[in-house]
Amino acid sequence: MSKHQLDARRLLCPMPVIRTQDKVKTLSPGDILEVTCTDPGVLSDIPAWSRINGHEYLGHTENHDEIVVTVKVGG
Amino acid sequence: MAKQHKAVALISGGLDSLLAAKVILDQGVHVEGINFYTGFCVEGHTHAIRQKDKSKPKRNNALWVAEELGIKLHIVDVVEEYKDVLVNPKHGYGANMNPCLDCKGFMVKKALQWIKENDFDFIITGEVIGQRPMSQRKSTMPIIARESGADDLLLRPLCAKFLPETKPEKEGWVKREELLDISGRSRKPQMALANQFGFVDYAQPAGGCCFLTDKKYSDRLVDLWETRNDKNYELDDVMMLKVGRHLRPKPHFKMIIGREEGENKFMEGYRKQFVHLRASSCMGPLVLIDGELAAEDEALAAQITARFSQGRDENSVVVELTDKTGVAKLIAVKPLAENGILEEWRI
Ligand code: SF4
Repeated sequence: MSKHQLDARRLLCPMPVIRTQDKVKTLSPGDILEVTCTDPGVLSDIPAWSRINGHEYLGHTENHDEIVVTVKVGG
Repeated sequence: MAKQHKAVALISGGLDSLLAAKVILDQGVHVEGINFYTGFCVEGHTHAIRQKDKSKPKRNNALWVAEELGIKLHIVDVVEEYKDVLVNPKHGYGANMNPCLDCKGFMVKKALQWIKENDFDFIITGEVIGQRPMSQRKSTMPIIARESGADDLLLRPLCAKFLPETKPEKEGWVKREELLDISGRSRKPQMALANQFGFVDYAQPAGGCCFLTDKKYSDRLVDLWETRNDKNYELDDVMMLKVGRHLRPKPHFKMIIGREEGENKFMEGYRKQFVHLRASSCMGPLVLIDGELAAEDEALAAQITARFSQGRDENSVVVELTDKTGVAKLIAVKPLAENGILEEWRI
């Protein structure tokens, strides 16, 4: 299990979702991915994407205009 | 046990693709969704940009559809490849800059590639005969199937009964008698079906699945191509066409003026790539200059910027103009009179 980061700042939805999806494909079940975003749309899109595709959405933190969402890769 | 066949469904986020996938899912086929992101999709951006839309719950309808159906969704970035579809459509454009027929062919072709790579059996779309003047006519259905290379692997469950049998029907992977015969522009049959399946709160985009069906957006795109004398574009360019008020006071420069706080904030992220202006003696929108602002145009650009600021009725407003290297200067101007903003400037 390892932890990974992805920079999706300044991308508008669905680009952050696409980048997350493509990155997750390269990871293993149980890995954690933290995605830094600026489009608040990710707060709805990444949890939905995670639910649909069998990953676990672990929540988000916000710092000024940056949002970090965390996903645990499903099996 | 018989092999469970697998279909990929083109999911735009609208009602038709939701229903088409549902009809096939209910026949026991394994269905996954695919959604192509061209850069022009209605999903997303406007919510991210405009403050006033923030009160509405924001969702991506393609993801919503997949969740309603309980299927996986693969979102594919086709921004680069789509440029050729938009710039050189073999079958031309629809009412606006929408190259629907080529676009559909392109998407089905990409889906065909996807099913080959992922060992799926066939493709489904939510097309309905007679639904759209350009791409969804009985005569154009075979064109999409043929030009995409998908041929009889392409099944349109909502109007299949009007079309020749496809491989999934011939082989008994799906039952033709349980497919549908919807045609025409009326949305009633789809709404009745949605009701029957218990779908509520689905999206019904008026013009189509993308911004290219929008007149204003198309005008801005044509203006961009004409003034640059080049049809190539970047994702940032097409994004900026969705934001703000666009004025072209001179052929060589266009002003993009934020209409409210959400847009100003969004444009802030881009300002370093543009010469930009903003009133400094009062509140006012951020203004980005697309093109070349010559020294003799600066005063006019500042006057226009002042016109859209809260100091529009003052005698003098100070405007800060920043070049692309970040060097700023202050210009004091009298705001342009309301009738000074010419109608022909608006794009
Ligand atoms: S509306 Fe846009 S996305 Fe839909 S088929 Fe036409 S060009 Fe393609």
